[in-house]
Amino acid sequence: MLPIIFVLPLIQLLILSNAATFEVKNIKFSYIDNDHTSLSRALIEKFNASTYFNVHTDFPSNKTANSAMLKGKTDVILEIPSNFERNLLKDKLTDVAITINAIDGATAGVTNVYINQIIKTFNKNARIAFIQPSNSIINYQNITSIPSFWYNKTLNYKTFMVPGILVLLVTMITLFLSGMNIVREKEIGTLEQINVTPIKKHQFIIGKLFPFWLLGLALLSVGLIIAKLIFNVPILGSLVLMYFYTSVYILVVLGMGLFISNFTDTQQQAMFIAWFFMVIFILMSGLFTPIESMPEWAQFLTEFNPIKYFVEVMRMVMLKGAGITDIIPQLTKTIVYAVVMNGLAVWSYKKTN
Amino acid sequence: MKRFIGFIKKEFYHIFRDRRSLFILFGMPIAQIMLFGFAITNEINNVDIAILNNSKDVITEEIINKIVSSKYFSIKEFIQNENEIEAIFKKGKVKAVLNFEADFNKKLTTKNKATVQIITDATDPNTANTISNYVSAILQNYTQIINKNIKIEYQIVPKSRMVYNQELKSVFMFVPGVMTIILMLVSAMMTSISITREKELGTMEILLVSPLKPLQVIIGKVVPYIFLSVINAIIIIVLSIFVFKMPVQGSLFLLGLESILFIITSLSLGILISTISATQQTAMMISLMGLMLPVILLSGFIFPITSMPIPLQIISNIIPAKWFIIIVKGIMLKGVGLSFIWKETLILVGMTLFFIALSSKKYKIRLE
Repeated sequence: MLPIIFVLPLIQLLILSNAATFEVKNIKFSYIDNDHTSLSRALIEKFNASTYFNVHTDFPSNKTANSAMLKGKTDVILEIPSNFERNLLKDKLTDVAITINAIDGATAGVTNVYINQIIKTFNKNARIAFIQPSNSIINYQNITSIPSFWYNKTLNYKTFMVPGILVLLVTMITLFLSGMNIVREKEIGTLEQINVTPIKKHQFIIGKLFPFWLLGLALLSVGLIIAKLIFNVPILGSLVLMYFYTSVYILVVLGMGLFISNFTDTQQQAMFIAWFFMVIFILMSGLFTPIESMPEWAQFLTEFNPIKYFVEVMRMVMLKGAGITDIIPQLTKTIVYAVVMNGLAVWSYKKTN
Repeated sequence: MKRFIGFIKKEFYHIFRDRRSLFILFGMPIAQIMLFGFAITNEINNVDIAILNNSKDVITEEIINKIVSSKYFSIKEFIQNENEIEAIFKKGKVKAVLNFEADFNKKLTTKNKATVQIITDATDPNTANTISNYVSAILQNYTQIINKNIKIEYQIVPKSRMVYNQELKSVFMFVPGVMTIILMLVSAMMTSISITREKELGTMEILLVSPLKPLQVIIGKVVPYIFLSVINAIIIIVLSIFVFKMPVQGSLFLLGLESILFIITSLSLGILISTISATQQTAMMISLMGLMLPVILLSGFIFPITSMPIPLQIISNIIPAKWFIIIVKGIMLKGVGLSFIWKETLILVGMTLFFIALSSKKYKIRLE
């Protein structure tokens, strides 16, 4: 059991942090060239040179291209019409048709931006090649935007995901184990034996939960070491603050676990309820998708999600170097949560049936 | 046969008497589908930003108006100098600051060039990048408006067409994923736990000395969960069609068959887990910790597989969920028939046989 508790989450941290990326690259790109001129080839070459696109094949017709898209072999089809070069030279305007597989809407949007950028640069170069810069171009008023990405200049997705996934693993392990622990004694029947001993209610609960509290902190430590050494995630803020917050946070989770185990009879039930809340907490935590994009009512619901606060605090402290004054709102809410949860758990725990 | 039916009945009673689990079993898919459909999206809108306007002239005011009127941004505050940026980022109040340089209008009219700096809090790189792209697009639009008298020659105009999901709704992406996750976890987890439970409580021995064959015991344990999972699949498909207007371009019958195939794959994985774990806790840890995150992350449910590093792309091939998601998207959104997805189907069949073969090899009739 112990290897599963430690090894499984850490392997997941190592592997899955690499998987969680919204970056769009290696787009499966194919084209139909009806023109076969140097200009059409030059345009395709631009896509070839881009790191975002994997130029796969050139299809003779629309029909074969569409069937390839149905099979999932390509996600973008660029169709260059016949007379492409002639029209551009004569009418000074021509178009190309682009078909994008949009099942993944977000990726499709980004893909479209990349394609437009490539074609824009191509236009600009073509203009310079075909005409001398005339007055009209000089008079063009330009507003340039300079993006500047703070705290993560290279837009490295791992520094964002590693703290988040670490939070998840700590929460999952402590919640599932504490949730199943007391139920297990109930199910096997050993809880009755403990209940007849002179041990006090709070002594029993503290004794049951303290190991998991330590376990959570140990997991956090190993996770932080991995984050620092392997993923090179910056730890700008204070470690003391992180441990302090985490030790309060784990109390919330343990309280929940205990509460669940008080209200269930079998491990299967306990685990199932824990799983139900876990999935909802994960999805509503802002870990994978931004909370600001949610509708108002959903944003209100996230206020009751402890994982949300933990994710926020870890990211703020680790990546931005936030201090205790910056995380006061999250910290107070977590403390209140811990008191309420544990109060409920102790209150609902009964030594006699 | 009569004995066997009696055994299956007993298993059904077990499940139906446990109201709490039953409630979650059916509440889960509904809650998840609702959340994904209504609340969770990776589109951005109403992002809080701050403005640092060093020139406060007509043009900058107009640009700010353009930004406000887009649904993507709402301006949380106006700041006066660059030192404040650090503080508001640290508090997490805004995601981006737009910094207009001094004498914006003057520079634009005399030098034809003025600059806006888009400073984003890139702790969330995806949102930062998207914000930056959107602001640039708004600025570009605006540039075209102020330059509308100048005609640009030599243009290739890209005409993009989004197929299968014209409005780029994220529900289309998430529904097949949610369906997969629920079917996978419910089937694998429930079977593995209900079998190890008998082991842990010692009742497995009783079942094994009964006249039922070991194979019958396992099948009897699994049948109720096939039944429950099929109901779950139906609930999800009905909700996605009627609440979220997901199209089912292909055959509903084929979708049903493929779902049953995937349920059986997951159940056989559950049986395999139960043969290698002695206690419910171990079974639960393997099926939850070992399956939940990999299924969410490596199946192409949220994150595109093609963007992952090559080793992970290879690993993703052993996740049954990946193939089922391809099948569901194919049938529901692309409207393909079996001739386009026979390969994925075959892979699932192969995996199922593999799981069953492995567990029957590991399955011990005698207990130590």
